[in-house]
Amino acid sequence: MPTVTITVNGKAVTREVEARTLLVQFLRDQLNLTGTHVGCDTSQCGACVVHVDGEAVKSCTTLAVQADGAAVTTIEGLADGTTLHPMQEAFREHHGLQCGFCTPGMIMTAVDFAKTNKNPTEDEIRHALEGNICRCTGYHNIVKAVAAGTAAMNG
Amino acid sequence: MTAQTGIGAAVRRKEDFRFITGAGRYTDDINRPGQAHAYFLRSPHAFAKINKVDTAAAAKMPGVVAILTGADIQADKIGGLICGWVLKGKSGEPHKAPPHPAIALDHVRHVGDQVAVVIAETLAQAKDAAEAIVVDYTPLAPVIDLRQALAADAPQVHPEAPGNLCYDWEIGTPKADVDATFAAAAHHVTLDLVNNRLVPNPMEPRAAVGEYDRGTDELLCYSTSQNPHVLRLILCAFILGIPEHKLRVIAPDVGGGFGSKIFCYAEETVCVWAARKLGRPVKWTSDRSEAFMTDAHGRDHVTKAELAMDANGKFLAMRVDTIANMGAYLSTFATAVPTYLYGLLLAGQYTTPQVHCNVRAVFTNTTAVDAYRGAGRPEATYVVERLVEAAARHLKVDPAELRKRNFVPPDAFPYQTPVVVAYDSGNYAHTLDEAMKLADYAGFAARKAESAARGKKRGIGFSAYIEACGLAPSAVVGSIGAGVGQWESAQIRFNATGSVFVNTGSHSHGQGHETTFAQIVSDRLGVPIEQVEVVHGDTSRVPMGMGTYGSRSLAVGGSAIMKACDKIIEKGKKIAAHLMEASVDDLEYDHGVYKVAGTDKSVPMAQVAFTAYVPFNYPPGLEPGLEESAFYDPSNFTYPAGVHIAEVEIDPDTGITTIVNWAAVDDFGNVVNPMIVEGQVHGGIAQGVGQALLEGAVYDTQSGQLLTGSFMDYCMPRADDLPSFKVGMTHTPCPHNPLGVKGCGEAGAIASPAALMNAITDAIGTEIQMPATPEKVWRAIQANSPAKAA
Repeated sequence: MPTVTITVNGKAVTREVEARTLLVQFLRDQLNLTGTHVGCDTSQCGACVVHVDGEAVKSCTTLAVQADGAAVTTIEGLADGTTLHPMQEAFREHHGLQCGFCTPGMIMTAVDFAKTNKNPTEDEIRHALEGNICRCTGYHNIVKAVAAGTAAMNG
Repeated sequence: MTAQTGIGAAVRRKEDFRFITGAGRYTDDINRPGQAHAYFLRSPHAFAKINKVDTAAAAKMPGVVAILTGADIQADKIGGLICGWVLKGKSGEPHKAPPHPAIALDHVRHVGDQVAVVIAETLAQAKDAAEAIVVDYTPLAPVIDLRQALAADAPQVHPEAPGNLCYDWEIGTPKADVDATFAAAAHHVTLDLVNNRLVPNPMEPRAAVGEYDRGTDELLCYSTSQNPHVLRLILCAFILGIPEHKLRVIAPDVGGGFGSKIFCYAEETVCVWAARKLGRPVKWTSDRSEAFMTDAHGRDHVTKAELAMDANGKFLAMRVDTIANMGAYLSTFATAVPTYLYGLLLAGQYTTPQVHCNVRAVFTNTTAVDAYRGAGRPEATYVVERLVEAAARHLKVDPAELRKRNFVPPDAFPYQTPVVVAYDSGNYAHTLDEAMKLADYAGFAARKAESAARGKKRGIGFSAYIEACGLAPSAVVGSIGAGVGQWESAQIRFNATGSVFVNTGSHSHGQGHETTFAQIVSDRLGVPIEQVEVVHGDTSRVPMGMGTYGSRSLAVGGSAIMKACDKIIEKGKKIAAHLMEASVDDLEYDHGVYKVAGTDKSVPMAQVAFTAYVPFNYPPGLEPGLEESAFYDPSNFTYPAGVHIAEVEIDPDTGITTIVNWAAVDDFGNVVNPMIVEGQVHGGIAQGVGQALLEGAVYDTQSGQLLTGSFMDYCMPRADDLPSFKVGMTHTPCPHNPLGVKGCGEAGAIASPAALMNAITDAIGTEIQMPATPEKVWRAIQANSPAKAA
């Protein structure tokens, strides 16, 4: 069985994993970081999005072994201690979540998007969220939250 | 304090912190010591006889704890899954109720039907072992299409249901009278409408964990349920045959339900049974492919709808004939959805004096069909509002004008419809006017011309919906077949230092009750909202409740909370009066403060609460403590109503429909949190747009394979499929509940398909069926081209 060393939310962890273990399974089952969710089996819903070396990645379509040596940030690692990340604040302020299941992946996608799109249009935000499905909100308030969070991150 | 956090305020949600930081506790996040994992082997055939299930090789595989089959479940005398609503057909006979075992015994009846369950140390080991189970099937020709199910030579899904007919039901004006009106009417519009089958697809797949404590003979079930007490009742009374106090059901954070998580399914049944049988916790989580095959589907009607009018466009009669698909087995609520939740809404917002509706429900070799957001009311609104707009086109009358000619006037309430229900309050013309302003209806002609100049087709469509929700007056639903009452419970429990538990029988799986229910209590009892903790989802912590569906939580659950608040205030008066050495009759109460009238003596609720638990200076004879329970049974349904106006622009070269504007004005009565209410409307519209434009569960009619079995093939609405919405509200308070609220959770999904399809029809000049995919729209435009004027 291969051994991986991944820095997760700033802390290096080393574990033995079956080669077929997905990154999302590693995070949820081995590290008990259950904030990253599994919502589909075809890599479309985005509930599993984390950052791998700073980029939004679908952890359901990444093997744990592929992340060996990388730095992974999950939703649990976004806040700075008790201070929420501005994107997290924006989701609460603008009611960008209802059941919360898609929310971690949605926020992680949004944070990566906001780094390289400092003043997006509504269309650009909607297009950027194509890989994240929400069944509750109709996206209206998610778009507002992402716009506000992006402004707060870059302002 | 009260104004910012009380009833009517757009309070930011208390529950959000855990969701935005990844600290939510959904059922798959729960792991119990010593747990084993369950994986279901499912039928690849739509219909087949099971000759043999050979588990010998699989049982030897690594990590396998047990493999259980239909024979095992029968041997343990575990009851089948039930349908809890006894529907009586036309001649008074009850609906056909074929058996529904949790694991199939002699036949599989749809692709995905359970054949065996492997329980192993890890999920991967369970899946590997499942592949080694050898099932000897004799495949049978399936019946898939609901119309074909009624054909004389159709395969019979169940021997107990000859002709695949579950029931033949009617409601409303006697058919002969309606037929006579049609025969004599000046105008007559007919539509053949398909209400396409949908897969609810909440983002969290279903999951369950069963656990048995042999020391206390108690079972524990974590389940993604919208109604944990109802699940407990069904599992105990009908399936496991154990007393209710021996099963605790916990529905923790649940990631969306939309109806699909109301029902008692095979999987949680098996998890609980297997946990007791094997002496280990058993955990199961659906993957998305399983969800497509086994979560109850929604809608799936075929309807011939007709409207008769006089020479001035006054509606005289409606005649509706529907075939509704039940799927292969009856799900828990299934019989009520295409009948009482459908037929009773066919008067719409109109004074149509005669309405007759006939519904035949059929079995097919497909996934079971049951309630999905709106549950019968989207189907009704689709019939009514498509007919009305077709009538407007036929008469060459403006669709808003035709509606106004036929609306129930504001002074006519309570208004008795010809289909049982009496609407309590509303102002439909006013709401329509507000919606037209919001949609800038007056400017449409200019926008249409501008689109045409760019070679695009622009259309606008209305949907004036009304629905019946706030389920439900128990005696009424009991008289029409419900198996349980539809009241709700609340318990308000003060702690000595002033914080409050609000234990509710409702359940929140996205609706924000931890905030809105706290707003109510904070407002009425004067407790700071941070000190109000709403507890839901655990049958051991909250009183018996009926759960969340049918847009009932605020209207019924919130009303129970109001009643409990009343009782708290009453008891508090006695304590406060004693503390202030005054008579109870001299006391006034205002948002958590008891005052002696005409003086400046006052005592806050916090002091009353402390005194109740530290009763040193206390009314003699009065029990200590400050906690009250209330159960609320509504006296009527509530009737939210509104108007949605959709505007689309269609590219004739690609058939792609872009929604360029969406205006919704809804009357939900009083509103506790407008931010949350708007969010419910947004989400409902998205699901309705999904139905009308993108979604549709498709089976191959020959093989019965579910072709739309994943997000690859089933088109879920994404952010770039939808616009931002313009949402407004009007308010005619509900006259019969203490909050004056009507409920809002399903209205968006009820209104929207008709609005969108009316807009598309307006744009392209011809009727098409949902979903209005680019291909369908393009073909319709092509077919219509030679005759179409510029």
